[in-house]
Amino acid sequence: MTYSAGYGDPEQGAPATAWRDGWPVYDRSGTVCVIGAGPSGLTAMKNLKEHGFGVDCYERDTSVGGAWNWRHDRSPVYSSTHLISSKPFSQFPDFPMPDSWPDYPKHTQVLEYLEHYADHFDLKPHIWFGTEVVKVEPAEGERWDVTTRSTGGYGGERIHRYAAVVIANGHNWSPKRPEYEGLEDFKGEVIHAAQFKDAAQLRNKKVLVIGAGNTGCDIAVEAAQQAARCWHSTRRGYWYTPKYTLGRPADQVNDLMLWLKLPLRARQFLAHRTLKSTVGDLTRFGLPKPDHKIYETHTIVNSQLVYHLGHGAVSPVGDVARFHRHSVELKGGEVIEPDLVVLATGYHPSFEFIDGSLLGVDAQGRPRLAMHAFPRRQPTLAVAGLLQPDSGLFPLVHWQMVAFARMLRVREAAPAKAVAVQRRLESELDRRWTSAKVKDSTRHWFEISHTTYLKAIQRLLDELSLEGAK
Amino acid sequence: MKVLRAREWAFPIAPVRREVRRATPELDEGKPPVLFVPGFGHGAWAFAEHWLEHTADRGFPAYAVSLRGHGDSAKAPKATLRAYAHDVAQVAASLPRRAVIVGHGAGALVTAHALARYPARAAVLLSPVFGGAGTALRNPMLSLPALFGGGLRLPAGQLFSRELPANAARGYAARLGRASTRAQWQLLRGRTPQPPVGDPPVLVVGSPDDRIVSDTALRRVARGYGGAPLLFPGMGHDLMLDTRWREPIDAILDWLEKSA
Repeated sequence: MTYSAGYGDPEQGAPATAWRDGWPVYDRSGTVCVIGAGPSGLTAMKNLKEHGFGVDCYERDTSVGGAWNWRHDRSPVYSSTHLISSKPFSQFPDFPMPDSWPDYPKHTQVLEYLEHYADHFDLKPHIWFGTEVVKVEPAEGERWDVTTRSTGGYGGERIHRYAAVVIANGHNWSPKRPEYEGLEDFKGEVIHAAQFKDAAQLRNKKVLVIGAGNTGCDIAVEAAQQAARCWHSTRRGYWYTPKYTLGRPADQVNDLMLWLKLPLRARQFLAHRTLKSTVGDLTRFGLPKPDHKIYETHTIVNSQLVYHLGHGAVSPVGDVARFHRHSVELKGGEVIEPDLVVLATGYHPSFEFIDGSLLGVDAQGRPRLAMHAFPRRQPTLAVAGLLQPDSGLFPLVHWQMVAFARMLRVREAAPAKAVAVQRRLESELDRRWTSAKVKDSTRHWFEISHTTYLKAIQRLLDELSLEGAK
Repeated sequence: MKVLRAREWAFPIAPVRREVRRATPELDEGKPPVLFVPGFGHGAWAFAEHWLEHTADRGFPAYAVSLRGHGDSAKAPKATLRAYAHDVAQVAASLPRRAVIVGHGAGALVTAHALARYPARAAVLLSPVFGGAGTALRNPMLSLPALFGGGLRLPAGQLFSRELPANAARGYAARLGRASTRAQWQLLRGRTPQPPVGDPPVLVVGSPDDRIVSDTALRRVARGYGGAPLLFPGMGHDLMLDTRWREPIDAILDWLEKSA
């Protein structure tokens, strides 16, 4: 008898073992699988547990925190990373950050917070560290077969069958690299912002930063202080809002206006006035004029960039036309000679372990999900945290996961109701969750306004109220 | 459950120095931490007197917080009920594990508000004062000064049973402070707390001979949480300081061992 026969052979009628491609499937019955132990994965586990589900979480690294853990090879944080939304918007709504922390905590504090969250709610015993998910495939009864192996591909693979899957693998780790003519022949150093870890990398170099996202602006600010020269290339004009206005964190002022139920136009008017009277017209520094009104896309939250522009430490330049061997040509004909080019051009979402059609992924790689979380016709699958809010992400993922956990509960208690809610969600598949017109570019795919989104969540939670289901 | 909290976000509570007293068991048996929340006028000392040590002796890590403006916490003459609830949620979230919250008197109302912002493992409401005009009418002589900005009058005779020696009762009464005027008004208004998050089991404990909380008020609170109160006849309002302090805490810890 061979060793493998000891496990039972499908041909010989093994007792109640499920099989997939000749491998045994370990049935985890009602347990839910969570992929990733970053903030989204942690809050998914905590809320599923709270709703009485068993959870198994797979984390490719050896500790929690995901993107916020600077030890992780896929982490995009750099030494000066701070939150850009203030504490009330950045903490889980049922687990406050210490009030003694600053308004905008540093990335090490965020990690400390997440580790404490994991310990406080006793999540670590449910996490399989150093284990990556290779495949997620549908099984009968709207369940899922999840194939895992130890990170790096050592050892064997295992298949577990789960009642539901939460994909929380993050969307800020697969760098998006733009294509430029002549980039391969360029002799200087070219890095993506993902490889930028510390200001020392910029010291005494001539640096070109490409990209006007929050990361690009942060790196430009670092370069202004460390590098010999800093050019900051932006394609379009953006709104730069300071972190503090009117004596309090700017996002708190914004929500004060929302609480007062000021309409968008009034908020835009007030914001334009406030910016005009404080930082003034930025085109005087050579920045392009924004081609949209404020709040139509998310503003760049950076107080320091404007300061360094005013000191001449950052030279704003336009879009890059092409690279030469030793220089970079800009649109408009100007030629500059940087030693280091930092591509702060963002990240792609990537779900390499699941068939894209299950998530409705289109040719450009954009998944089609209701509320950016719930795929069509897959009531037991959710994507957590695939959002770019105009405030903190954590509270939004928290509520996404409360809604998903309730959805799973309602499916058991009142299947008809769950189907109705699912239908309603699918009818709004292409809805945008911003109150304003968003520019259609990959950068803005997942942009949402936290108020619009939370109102939709509130509606969903009310529909899924468990009292009615009991 | 309210998801959009623009007002709360726009006006975060200011941080203060908070007094937290603790007693930890010699051996960590993995039992959940218990956080005691004293009522208006009381500080962490009220629990440090007997209950804190006793709880630790039974294997539960025990903590008691003084709400801002009480005990050795920083002064806060303008504190609101929300600020008090914030203090409770802050301390609870700082503990190593998911905590059980035990609130006494008006501290039970503060606890109920905190339960909407922190998913406690379980909660116990001791002689809960949930406010409203009814509570004030039952105790007009206590509440009257509060209407004019004074403190709630809490004489020893109202707080303790006759079994407690008079000098001990006077000693405790002398240590009482007062809550902020604003919080007293809010207590009088008696806004119903939002429902708790995380669906914790809630136990209501009290005494039918409590001279501050009526039997009906006690039952009403318990009914709100879907249960009946656990009663300790013959005891005063301050269950944790009365002569027979051992009975209620043992009953609470027995309940915790079963349900949390």
